[in-house]
Amino acid sequence: MIRVLPLLFAVLLSALPAFGQEKLLRWGGDANSGAPYVFQDPDKPGHIIGVEVDIANAIAEAMGRQPRFVQNEWGSLVPGLEIGLYDAVINGLEITPERAAAVDFSVPYWITHAQFAIRRGDPPIDDLAAARGKTVGTLKASQAEMLLTRAGGITVRTYDQEINAYDDLRNGRIDAVLLDAPIGVYYAGPDRALQLVGRPVGRIEYGVAVKKGNAALLAEINQAIATIRQSGKLREILDRWNLWSPVMADVTGDKRPMTAQPTAFDAYVAATRPQGWEARLMRYVAFLPAIGKAAITTIEISLISMALAIALGAMLALARVYGGTLLDRLALLYIETVRGTPLLIQILFIYYGLPNIGVKLDPFLAGVLALGFNYAAYEAENYRAGLLAVPRQQYEAAVALNMTERQALRHVVIPQAIRLVLPPTTNDFISLLKDSSLVSVITMVELTQTYVQLSTTYYDYFGTGILIGLVYLLIGLPFVRLARWTEARLHRAYRRGG
Amino acid sequence: MTGAAEIVAVENLHKSFDDQPILRGIDLTIAAGDLVSIIGPSGCGKSTLLRCLNFIETPDSGRVAVAGVQIERAAGQPFDARLQAKAHALRAQCGMVFQSFNLFPHKTLRENVMLAPMVVKGMGRDEADALAVRLLDKVGLKPHIDRHPANMSGGQQQRGAIARALAMAPQVMLYDEPTSALDPELVDEVLQVMRDLDQDGMTQIVVTHEMRFARDASDYIVFMEGGHVVEISDEDEIFENPRDPRTRRFLKRFA
Repeated sequence: MIRVLPLLFAVLLSALPAFGQEKLLRWGGDANSGAPYVFQDPDKPGHIIGVEVDIANAIAEAMGRQPRFVQNEWGSLVPGLEIGLYDAVINGLEITPERAAAVDFSVPYWITHAQFAIRRGDPPIDDLAAARGKTVGTLKASQAEMLLTRAGGITVRTYDQEINAYDDLRNGRIDAVLLDAPIGVYYAGPDRALQLVGRPVGRIEYGVAVKKGNAALLAEINQAIATIRQSGKLREILDRWNLWSPVMADVTGDKRPMTAQPTAFDAYVAATRPQGWEARLMRYVAFLPAIGKAAITTIEISLISMALAIALGAMLALARVYGGTLLDRLALLYIETVRGTPLLIQILFIYYGLPNIGVKLDPFLAGVLALGFNYAAYEAENYRAGLLAVPRQQYEAAVALNMTERQALRHVVIPQAIRLVLPPTTNDFISLLKDSSLVSVITMVELTQTYVQLSTTYYDYFGTGILIGLVYLLIGLPFVRLARWTEARLHRAYRRGG
Repeated sequence: MTGAAEIVAVENLHKSFDDQPILRGIDLTIAAGDLVSIIGPSGCGKSTLLRCLNFIETPDSGRVAVAGVQIERAAGQPFDARLQAKAHALRAQCGMVFQSFNLFPHKTLRENVMLAPMVVKGMGRDEADALAVRLLDKVGLKPHIDRHPANMSGGQQQRGAIARALAMAPQVMLYDEPTSALDPELVDEVLQVMRDLDQDGMTQIVVTHEMRFARDASDYIVFMEGGHVVEISDEDEIFENPRDPRTRRFLKRFA
């Protein structure tokens, strides 16, 4: 831990806002939450757009602050607020009593409702009562889920991604989807196989969340929301995204017809319309910069955490085999604890849990430490097996030559053990490469995160999946080759005639 | 017995494994330059005695002295850092050769010989290399100097192991059944190296099943049974006229 401290210090310093700069509004959102909220621009991969990006910018402008977007997993947006990753969350957070207990909400900046979608041509569903006896899909932990469950007599299927719900509807696995109207407008609306039907269901109010007790900021934000409502800025944004609704008209009293063309909506529909293979191929080419950036993040995290895992794993293995009773017990305790708990929990614990005791790590460092500490436990057992597989007589021969224990280990036992553990270590590295995707829960945009972002934006899990899968293979391959080459080199000495 | 200065002395040496006594009070002295064979049935403690001489195995109690380095351990006395340091000093006087050769498989023959002088004594690479070349030439392995152990016969490996032990300039060489793992036609080349060392005046203690070698090459033979030294005798005498009935019974099987 001592060695990590200077690094920690540097990270903390860099997190402090520099003096003399313009005031910032750091707002958290999840670019995976999909259209139309916050998502990757289909025309410009790697660029984040969305109706809430526009709203956040408008709010910041009204506040006289510079907006800065901070990526975080949607489910972790509130914890991120609590540890100060950003000042506010503007990302489809419905104002509910449960959430209001954890954060302070502004007045709603946007009010909408849930809407049914069915397969085109199926008998329409007008309201919740008409959905009785049917199987209806929705998003996990959404207000729509609560409404469906409360209505009774409806079989509810919940999904992590809205796209999967509409996919299942199109494929006949469910009878209807009930989701927030904006999602319906973007995912079901343009789809010729689907149809939005029925009356508005429920009432959904989206508010800006700030850390509990931050009254000054909350007042500033409330003032800004009032400003953009009155100035017509909010109306203009919602019109451009084709999201102005009768509910908003009722609330604001703004009964004018459309004030702006739905240019943002049209651009989205055009960019995601099913295309020929050439256009698709061009789109994949356009993905490459975003994928390349994510691949570099994946490689960096994997290499650094593997180096940590190897170093710590070797120390643990030596402690277990040669360390005496106390060190052996301590190492065993570490290994059993780390192996016996899920990596995901370890990552969340280090990033969101440790700030409770004053240890605040940036996402990269937290991810590397979590992966490194976790894999060290597995490496330790590998290396222990490797050390034990070197015949005892080798150690004896070294001691008989008057080497100390340390010299015998260093010059005789460990070099032979390395050859034995090279294949399982390579295996673990490939495994770690894939497990590194778990750091996406702490705001790191690596390959898997990019896959989810791109596929939710383009409605394309198939082609994007193959593309990202290939990138993983390409990253892993050189290391597999390197390990084979090293192994062959080490092995040559042992072979007859070599 | 040659009457030269005593170089190895063992007094009342005890060793048990899991409460099973293996050595039950060994007394033995060996004079410098002698070649001594230790024989006896399996489980008599002969290998354990040899391994206690350089503290590869730690005796429970007793006294061991090799070339002026002496360690005395009372029954129940912890084997602490002071005794460990002495064991380290004592090992500097002993070279050891094992039944299964135990050359380091990841190193060439040359590197096997160079390793300990460089690591333990801090010898320079050039000096260690010259030493390896000289010693490997002495045991007839100069043509194979850059081969790995896996590519050599058992006899070559064992000669290499002897050269590796000699590189540490020991006063006494300890052999633990050095030819037991060898094909019969490879035994002689190893025994010849040991005979040559005897000519050079090296003190050598050999735990062996090679009765012919024990008889032909040894200055005298130590016969052990049940953790005791039963008989120490001139090599011809013990074969032709063993005094102890247990020696007689054992040797009959080799008649």
